[in-house]
Amino acid sequence: MYDRKKLAGIETRRKKWHDGELTPSLRRSPPRLERFSTVSDEEIDLLYTPDPLSDFDYEEDLGNPGQYPYTRGVQPTMYRGRLWTMRQFAGFGSAEDTNARFKFLLSQGQTGLSTAFHFPTLMGYDSDSPRARGEVGMCGVAVDSLKDMEILFDGIPLDKVTTSMTINGPAAMVFAMYLAVAEKQGVPFHKVGGTIQNDILKEYIAQHSWIFPPEPSMRIITDILAYCADNVPRWNTISISGYHIREAGSTAVQELAFTIADGIAYVQAGIDAGIPVDKFAPRLSYFFNAHMDFFEEIAKYRAARRMWARIMRGRFHAKNENSWKLRFHTQTAGCTLTAQQPMNNVVRVALQALSGVLGGTQSLHTNSMDETMALPTEQAVTVALRTQQIIAEESGVANTVDPLGGSFFLEQLTNEMEEKAMEYIRKIDEMGGMVAAIKRGYPQREVADAAFHFQRLVDAGKKRVVGLNAYQSEEGTPIPLLKIDDQVEKQQVARTKEVRRKRSAKKARACLSALKDGSLAPNVNLMPLLVDAAREYVTLGEMCDTLRETMGVYTDPAMF
Amino acid sequence: MATAKRKGVAAAPKKAARKVRILVGKPGLDGHDRGAKIIARALRDAGVEVIYTGLHQTPEMIVSAAAQEDVDGIGLSILSGAHNYLFPRILELLREKKMADVVLFGGGIIPDDDIPKLEKKGVDRVFTPGTPIQQIVDYVNERIRPRK
Repeated sequence: MYDRKKLAGIETRRKKWHDGELTPSLRRSPPRLERFSTVSDEEIDLLYTPDPLSDFDYEEDLGNPGQYPYTRGVQPTMYRGRLWTMRQFAGFGSAEDTNARFKFLLSQGQTGLSTAFHFPTLMGYDSDSPRARGEVGMCGVAVDSLKDMEILFDGIPLDKVTTSMTINGPAAMVFAMYLAVAEKQGVPFHKVGGTIQNDILKEYIAQHSWIFPPEPSMRIITDILAYCADNVPRWNTISISGYHIREAGSTAVQELAFTIADGIAYVQAGIDAGIPVDKFAPRLSYFFNAHMDFFEEIAKYRAARRMWARIMRGRFHAKNENSWKLRFHTQTAGCTLTAQQPMNNVVRVALQALSGVLGGTQSLHTNSMDETMALPTEQAVTVALRTQQIIAEESGVANTVDPLGGSFFLEQLTNEMEEKAMEYIRKIDEMGGMVAAIKRGYPQREVADAAFHFQRLVDAGKKRVVGLNAYQSEEGTPIPLLKIDDQVEKQQVARTKEVRRKRSAKKARACLSALKDGSLAPNVNLMPLLVDAAREYVTLGEMCDTLRETMGVYTDPAMF
Repeated sequence: MATAKRKGVAAAPKKAARKVRILVGKPGLDGHDRGAKIIARALRDAGVEVIYTGLHQTPEMIVSAAAQEDVDGIGLSILSGAHNYLFPRILELLREKKMADVVLFGGGIIPDDDIPKLEKKGVDRVFTPGTPIQQIVDYVNERIRPRK
């Protein structure tokens, strides 16, 4: 990309500058830190120059936006055509509470929905299970049956608004309920658009909302891939997520590497199940964290796009360009928010969101300032949404595509990110792929080590966090917090019992028995059976219990 | 893969004063174990014998593990909002099993308003987000002694 003769000259003069000007200047004002490093503790140099990029090829390494390898973005016009989707993750209390929050967010200019379910739903238990005690509606909305889903999406047209649902272990069951709601609204399946997270591999690595062991879980996932390719073509079937891996304490490189390695495992599983790669790969999407280190994050998103394009074309021989494109959602890093001086979190979120936008995200969730302490209040979530709107409308960063492309620093960081992540991927391939690596506890251990290392740096004051180990001040929590009404549990338990009473017991039993038989027959696709069960108001817990019997359960290996 | 718990150190050699034994527990359904694992590791590095339950434990499972392992203290990590149910329930089960002298402490996302209420019920200490790890290690070293 650069003229070699010119580069040699630049390098000679840089060396002269180093000895003649930099060295004396360093003597006069020594560096304020022993070592400059990213939040992932990767060392950063004082200056980046064109020299290490001498082999850099604009077309091969960057390409124009919308062109392979998509380093600069997946669309030719990026945000000049349409801004990213502003999608705030929301869910608390009852389906009525969350439906009201959804409508509020849409009225404030939000452009898509994202549903947070409470822990019992995430783990496949009904609200009246003894396992659910104390947790109903606490960290998300309680959904036990189609009845709750009907209330949750009441008055929201499912052919117009796309919905993302963070659901993994029981993704197929909740998706079946969503389809049943769409059907009741008169929306045909081929018009329904949205996303289920459905990324079970990162559950074993980081988020831990699993139900079944890895192999049967992968079978359910390939059932979804095949079902959607034929019936729900606008549905994003897996949101391959690095977010939770990062929240669990990984470095940026680990987030990138393990997430892409999960993606590789899903593509391979789809191919092994006999689905042509170009039939399902265009509907895979990604979900990354926007952490605190501004440039490291932007490099991560750009490297991710380039890696995925190369892997899909080179390794999996995908022919459809849409299979090569890595589209992703971004959420700012919850783990960087501090309970101390919580207003400062607004600034953290703004910087993180900006990195997501400069990295070319397709949709974005900005955390609210109060989220280290509770689910967000309406006021806090509004500030978070406005943060995105200010970036979009006022900052000017959305005027051009990939504005930082070509920066010596950023391009080198992007290259290093890709190289280091590919090293991890090679290691995981050698272990026999991600499922095998997870069984050995490999990614889990790497993440736990990184988390421990970072905590040590913070405790030693080597990584400074404002309000926490630097610039502390004595103050309580000055902002109001959302409280979940403790009546929610009682009301939800009553509703689910009533659903069971009112439905046809005979039909519900028949659905569960068909589901059980289907789960024992590897060639049967479970999705139609789950949709049938959802229609008959079979509860989530009942569907999951039936499959627990035939598929087994996964328990935490409890490594530390 | 299915072991319910794993010890952080090999059984200590028999000495006059045995090491303090702590059960680090994750009750409830949330999957946030970053903090629990860091605490378990730091306590182990500080010479405490640590038993980690792993995720998704019921109060019954935690108390039964505590009895089996004959621990001196239980540290709970709760980020699910269910602390007002889980702490009192575990205290109740400890009393039922005549293990009321086991010190119960914990941390996680616990609003300031709830802390005095939990302490009044018998939770020895609640740590909030941002607590330096050493502070928790010091607390265990100073506060918790081997039960007879």
